[in-house]
Amino acid sequence: MSLDNVQSLAYLVPELVLATTILVVFIGDLVLKAKERLGEIALVGTAVALVAVARVSGSADTWLFNRMIVHDQFAIFFKVVFSLATITTILMSLSSREVQRSSQGEYYGILLSSLLGLFFMASASNLLMAYLSLEFVSLTSYVLTGIIKHSRRSGEAALKYLIYGGVASGTMIYGMSWIFGLAGSMDYAQINAALSHSTGNQLALFVALVLTFAGFGYKIAAAPFHMWAPDVYQGAPIPITAFLSVGSKAGGFALLIRFFYPAISQLGPNGAWTALPGIEWPQLVLVFSMITMTLGNLAALSQTNLKRLLAYSSIAHAGYILMGFVVVSNEGLRAMLFYLIAYYLMNIGAFLVVMIVANSTGREDIDGYRGLAWRGGSLPAVAMAIFLFSLAGLPPMGGFIGKFYLFAAVIQQHFYALAVVGVVNSVVSLYYYARIVRAMFLDQPTGDEGAVTVGVQDGVVLGLLAGATLTLGVYWSPVMGFVERSLHFFVG
Amino acid sequence: MANILTYMTFIPVAGMAVVLCLPNHRHNLIKWTAAIATVPPLLMAVWLFANFDRSQAGFQLMQRATWIEFGSFKAEYLIGVDGISVTMVLLTALLSFICIFASWGIDKAVKGYFALFLLLDAGMMGVFVALDFLLFFVFWEVMLLPMYFLIGIWGGPRREYAAIKFFLYTLVGSALMLLAILALYFYNDPHTLDMTKLIANNGTYSREFQTIAWLAFFVGFAIKIPAFPFHTWLPDAHVEAPTAISVILAGVLLKMGTYGILRVNFAILPLATADLAYYFLGALGTWNIVYGALCAMAQKDLKKLVAYSSISHMGYVMLGMASFTQLGINGAVLQMFNHGTVTAMLFLLVGVIYDRAHHRQIEGFGGLATTMPLYTGVTALAFFAAMGLPGLSAFISEVLVLLGAWQASPGLTVIAATAVVLTAGYMLWTMQRMYFGKVNEKYADLPEINGRELFTLIPLGVIVIILGVYPAPVLDLMTQSLQNLNEIVAHAVAVSG
Repeated sequence: MSLDNVQSLAYLVPELVLATTILVVFIGDLVLKAKERLGEIALVGTAVALVAVARVSGSADTWLFNRMIVHDQFAIFFKVVFSLATITTILMSLSSREVQRSSQGEYYGILLSSLLGLFFMASASNLLMAYLSLEFVSLTSYVLTGIIKHSRRSGEAALKYLIYGGVASGTMIYGMSWIFGLAGSMDYAQINAALSHSTGNQLALFVALVLTFAGFGYKIAAAPFHMWAPDVYQGAPIPITAFLSVGSKAGGFALLIRFFYPAISQLGPNGAWTALPGIEWPQLVLVFSMITMTLGNLAALSQTNLKRLLAYSSIAHAGYILMGFVVVSNEGLRAMLFYLIAYYLMNIGAFLVVMIVANSTGREDIDGYRGLAWRGGSLPAVAMAIFLFSLAGLPPMGGFIGKFYLFAAVIQQHFYALAVVGVVNSVVSLYYYARIVRAMFLDQPTGDEGAVTVGVQDGVVLGLLAGATLTLGVYWSPVMGFVERSLHFFVG
Repeated sequence: MANILTYMTFIPVAGMAVVLCLPNHRHNLIKWTAAIATVPPLLMAVWLFANFDRSQAGFQLMQRATWIEFGSFKAEYLIGVDGISVTMVLLTALLSFICIFASWGIDKAVKGYFALFLLLDAGMMGVFVALDFLLFFVFWEVMLLPMYFLIGIWGGPRREYAAIKFFLYTLVGSALMLLAILALYFYNDPHTLDMTKLIANNGTYSREFQTIAWLAFFVGFAIKIPAFPFHTWLPDAHVEAPTAISVILAGVLLKMGTYGILRVNFAILPLATADLAYYFLGALGTWNIVYGALCAMAQKDLKKLVAYSSISHMGYVMLGMASFTQLGINGAVLQMFNHGTVTAMLFLLVGVIYDRAHHRQIEGFGGLATTMPLYTGVTALAFFAAMGLPGLSAFISEVLVLLGAWQASPGLTVIAATAVVLTAGYMLWTMQRMYFGKVNEKYADLPEINGRELFTLIPLGVIVIILGVYPAPVLDLMTQSLQNLNEIVAHAVAVSG
C-alpha cells in the first residue's frame, strides 16, 4: 500500500510534534526571559513525540509520501531509541555547564532538528530520502559540535567533522548514483527487483556498494571512515558527544540495515535473509567489522582523555555490532538491535558520569578520576564501573547479553574466525576499561582532583541507567520481545 | 528444603543488600551482619552433608524454572548438586564463614569490603550448583568482579598489578569458554544450554568437535587451577591479596578449574577426555607437582611459598583425574576438598604472623616456637598436613591419587611421588628456619595467636584430623557420582572404538 502526501500525514504525527516543538523553542528563544525553560520545552516535546510514536506503532505497515518513506515496526523501534537517547541528552544538557554557557534556544532547537532527521533516517526507503535525511542529521550535528562559542577545541572539532562529513557524503552520493544507474530506480523495492533479475556488471555494483557503504560507515564510525570520531567526540559538549555516540550511530545502523536488507538482499520463503546472488556484500562488511573493532580497541589502549577513549571504544563497538550484520540472518539482526539498546544505556551512562565529573572538576582525563570513589563521587564511580564492565561485556550486565547474542549469531552461521577476533577484542577492551575503574577505586586521590558533587536530577538519571544496565543483564525478555516485534521490514 | 540450594546462593546476596544499607561508620554492625549472612548457608551445607543421598549418582535437589525464553532460545534457572558439587558447596560455605572472621581486622572501606565479599560468596556457590550453561557462566564471571576489587583495593603494595593480571588472565579463559559454550549450544539439536541434556547427548558429538571444544574449555579451566603454563597470575594475586581473600582464592577458586573439568570436559566431552587426559591432565599435573614444589623451595616470602605449594598440590588433583580409576578420581576430588582446608589454614597462619611482624620474609624469623608456642603448634599441624603426613587429611587423598595413577601410568606416578620428598623438604626447612633455632630478639615479644584467629583455624584443624583418620563420610558423598563419570568416559571410548 502506498499513500499520497495528504493521507500520509496521519502517520506523521511524531514528526509533526517535533517540528512544532522546534518552532516553539526558536520562538521561545526570542520572547522568553528565562532561557532555561527552553530545555524543559524540548524535553516535553520529545516525550510527546515518543508517545505519538507509540500511538502510531499499532497501525499497518505502509509506504508514505508516494513511497519515499516507510512506516513499519523497524522504523518504530529506531524512533523509540532515538527519542530515548534525545530525552537523556536533554536531561544531561539541563545540568551541563558547557550547554549553559551556549545559546540555549539554538542548542535545543538544533538538537530536536537532528532528532527529526533521525526519524526520517529510520524510515527512508528511497535513496534520495536516505541521502537527504542523512545530510539533515549531519548538518545539525556539525552545528551542535561547534555550539560552544569561543572554544577553539569545539570549533576545530566542528570543522573537522564538516570536512570529513563532506567527503563521506560526496563519496556516498557518487555510489548511490551508480546504483541508480544500474537499477534504474531510487526506490529500495524497485532496486531489489531490478538487481535480483539482472546479470549486470558485478564489478560496477561492487564499486557502488563500497562507495555507498563509505557514507553509512562514516555515520556509524566504522573503520576506515572513523577518523573524525575521536576529535569530534572530544571537542563537542559532553551531552552532544553522548548523543552522537548513541543516537546518530543508531541512525547510521538503521540506514545501513534498511538499505542492505530490503534493497539488496532477499527474503527466503522461511523468513531467512540471504544476499542477492552475485552481490557478496557480507564478505566486504566482514573485513570492515574485524578492522573496526581491532583498530578501535588498540587505539583506545593508549588514550588518557576519557571522551577520546570512549570515542575509540565506540568505534570498537560499531565493529561488534557489524558482526551481527555480516551474518545476514534474523538472529544477527535481532542481536544488533538488542545490542543497540544495551549500548544506549551503558554508553550514554558513561558519558553522563564524564559530564558529572567535568561539571565538578573541569577534568576529562583519567588522572582526574583518581580515587573518585573516595572523594564524594561514590555513586558516579559505582555507576561508571557498571557501565564500563557492561561495555567490556561482563555479566551480569546488559552488554554481556548483547555480546552473547552477537557471538551466538556469528557462531550459528559458522563465522568462527570473526567470533575469535571478537572475543580477543573483548579481552583487550577490558584492559582500558579496567584502567578507568582502577583509577576510580584503587588509586588514592592526591588532593588536587577536586571534590565531586552530584545533583539530584543527574543522580536519579544515573541510577536509572545503571539499574537498567544491570537488569538487562539478568532479565531481558521484555526488551527482546520489543526487538523481536520490530524485526519486521515492510518490503512490499 | 527443596529450595535449599537457592537459599544458599542468594542469602549472601541479601546480606550484601543489607550491608549496603547500613551506615558507613558502623563497622561492627557491618561485620556482624556479614557474618550472620554466611551462617544459614553453612548450616544448610551441613544439613546437605547429612541428608545427601549417597547411593545416587545423578543430580539431587534440582530446581528448574524458565529464566529467559525467546523463540528457540531458552535459558533456565537450573540448579542441582551431585557428589562432586556437594563437597565443593560444603567447602565454599565453610570457608566463607571462616573468612568473614579472618577479615575482622579490615578497617578501610569496611562496607565495600564485606558487601563485595558476600557477592563473591554467592558467585562461588552459584558456580557449583548451576546446571544451565548460561547461568554457570554468569556466576563464573560474577565472582570475577568482586575478586578484582578485593585484591585491588584491600591488597598489598603491588595490588593493582596483581588484580589486573588476575582479571585479564581469567577473562581470556572465560572468553574461550563462552565460545565453546555457544558451539555446544548450536551443535545440539534442539539447541540447549541444559547441562544435564548436554551430558545425555554426549554420545552424538563427533571426535573433532569434542577435541576443539575440549581444548577451549580446558584453557578456561586450566587458568583457574592454575595449570602450568597458565599459573603466573597466582603467586602475584596471592601475595597481594588480603589474608581472607588468599584463603578464598586457594581454598575455593582454584577448585573451580578442576570442578569445571570434571563437570564439563569429563561429562560432556568424554571422548576427547579419553584422548587428551593423559597429556593435558596427567602430564601437566605431574609437571605442576614437581615444578610447584621446586618453586616453593626457592621462595623467601612465606606467602609465596604457600602459593607455589598450592600449585604443586593442585597437580595431584589433575593427575588423579587423568587416571580414570575409581581410586584416582576419588582421591582427586578428596584432594580438592582437603587442599581447600589445609591451604586455608596455611594462609590464615601466614596472615597471623604478617599482622604482627608486618613482613613475611622467612629469613627474618627464628625461634618462634619459644615466643609463640600455641601458634607454632597449629602451624606444625598445618605444615604436616600439607606435607601429607599419615593421619592427616591430605595424606589419604594423595595416596589415593598415587595408587590410582600407578594403575594408569607408573612413569608419571614415580615422578609425582618424588615430589613428596621435595614437599617435605621445603616445609621442614621453613619450619626449622622460622620456628626453631636461635630466637630473633626483634620478634621476641610478638603476641601469641589470639582467640579470634584460633576460632578461624580450629574448625579447619579438626576437619584435617578427622578426615585424616576417617575420610569415609566425604568419600561416600562422591563415590557414586565419580564412578558414574568414569563410566561415561569408558562408555564413550567403547562406543567409538
